[in-house]
Amino acid sequence: MTVLDPKPLLEFRNINTHYGAVHILKDVDLAIYPGELVCLLGGNASGKSTTLKTLLGMVTPTTGEVVLDGEVVNDKPTSYRVERGITMVPENRRLFKRLSVKENLELGAYLRNDKDGIAEDLERIYGMFPRVKERLSQRAGTLSGGEQQMVAMGRALMSRPRVLLMDEPSMGLAPALVETNFELIQQIHKEGVAIFMVEQNANMALSIADRGWVLQTGKVVLDDTADALLQNQDLRAAYLGQA
Amino acid sequence: MAATTSAKPTGPTPVKNKKKSVFQTNNWVDIFLTVVRLVAIGIIGLGFTLFVIQQATGEGLSSEALRNLIVAGIAQGAMYGLIALGYSMVYGVLGFINFAHGEVFMSGAIAGWIVSDTLFKNGLWESNFIVSLLIVLTVSVFVSTAATILMERIAYRPLRESPRLIPLITSIGVSFFMQNAVLGLIGPSSKNFPALPEWLSKKRGFLGIELEGTKLLVLFVAFVSMAGLWFFVERTKTGKAMRAVAEDKEIAALMGINVDRIIITTFAVGGAMAGVAGVLWGLLFRGVSFLTGFLPGIKAFTAAVIGGVGNLGGSMAGGLILGVAESVGPLLILEPLGIPGVSQLKDVVAFSVLVLVLLFKPSGLFGERLSAEDRA
Repeated sequence: MTVLDPKPLLEFRNINTHYGAVHILKDVDLAIYPGELVCLLGGNASGKSTTLKTLLGMVTPTTGEVVLDGEVVNDKPTSYRVERGITMVPENRRLFKRLSVKENLELGAYLRNDKDGIAEDLERIYGMFPRVKERLSQRAGTLSGGEQQMVAMGRALMSRPRVLLMDEPSMGLAPALVETNFELIQQIHKEGVAIFMVEQNANMALSIADRGWVLQTGKVVLDDTADALLQNQDLRAAYLGQA
Repeated sequence: MAATTSAKPTGPTPVKNKKKSVFQTNNWVDIFLTVVRLVAIGIIGLGFTLFVIQQATGEGLSSEALRNLIVAGIAQGAMYGLIALGYSMVYGVLGFINFAHGEVFMSGAIAGWIVSDTLFKNGLWESNFIVSLLIVLTVSVFVSTAATILMERIAYRPLRESPRLIPLITSIGVSFFMQNAVLGLIGPSSKNFPALPEWLSKKRGFLGIELEGTKLLVLFVAFVSMAGLWFFVERTKTGKAMRAVAEDKEIAALMGINVDRIIITTFAVGGAMAGVAGVLWGLLFRGVSFLTGFLPGIKAFTAAVIGGVGNLGGSMAGGLILGVAESVGPLLILEPLGIPGVSQLKDVVAFSVLVLVLLFKPSGLFGERLSAEDRA
């Protein structure tokens, strides 16, 4: 689907992480190339969220290297990584509920100083999510779940990411909205943003992804194209809810 | 007992609606609280009725005296409000009450005294009061801000990850430290701000009321500071970041916000407000000492709780309400009840207001709004 750039945008080189004495990620190697849509599957406590947090610098790996666009960023704070083109739509969206929708979007561009570019991106997001534009002055906490998801995505896009991490994007959404949500993800992907998605809804996620990884108790056990994973009998039995 | 409680008329409707279960569960604490609420309403109602009767028969206060009390209350309340903002802002971002904040106010007042006394001796205070006042304000704000920044860096930041009780206790320690540091520096006696120049302090007509110029000045400076703070929090990028940090530190960091820097800015801004309040206190009451911060600090904390701690508008309003209540309360409610020596009972009234707010609306007068949205 996408032509792969030979140089990965985001990379894990032999990452190990611990929470205290608990070994979470075990020798994990990952690579995300520009413009890809990759999904990470796995059961509870398999290390999915830790993977995202490690990428963003909220968790420091015990060994191994996190590489962002060719640069080892292990000791760099989250803000540094966000400035270099990585951001996340967090689980349950986590908007600033007391702030207005507009303020939420503006905070996404907190590290940017190009006023014109910010205004341009705001317009682009209003174009993508016309419903958001109608609610700009409303407090974000008063929006419906679907609208909040749009604002959360818009907020993430405001930092002009090259790679967007998504933590359980369909969690807590009404079933009818889940499909719309995946369409939005595809739309963002078409704009050239690489997407790394952690998702419980494996079927749906794999149907729009280029590649996928399966994590089990902190180890990558499967690493294949999305189509191959959809056909994989073991995976179907374990995650896709059918034999 | 069910019959007794349910038959009783209840407090204001919001409480009744929110907590229906109180009148269904028959536990003794609820019954006790209901009785206390009724007694409180009764006393206030009786006092106020007697006051109205006295006024009607012409025995009570002159309307001018009443207006003066209200204005004095607003001036005092504006200072409480300024200090309360510091409690509220820090509570907003860190969820802990900085009990040393009253001492930040005191440090501003003391710095203001040192500078104004020097200026007075140089003659600038009399010859160019406006410039002197700006110098005094600048130095006091600088000292108070520096005090909060040091406090945060030295005492609170290392405890950021510890249970909330620990920084709370530390703040009490910081409070004692600052009191004693100032005691060692300037001694135990009360120091007087120089008197304001005659042209300013004389009474003048304002909106049809005769007012002391000093009170007008205090109100003016307080409201300009509050407006400035409101603009900073609501309209600037840093203010927006501050509100974001108050709500969700992790996501704020994800936006690229330097959370530590925002926290220290919050302390600093709160400190600046306390510094302004310190100078105003000195201008209005003149006497300042190492203990100046204690009672106003507690009152301002009370004001913050009355308004709903964490809510900036509520803190300002809470300050004004508390100031007016303690100013008119003794004569409005206590005097008609025949209680002797009411002018000594300001503090009783102030803390009674706190008790009343906690009885009827524990989240503070303006606190509910925020928590309701949190649930949304």
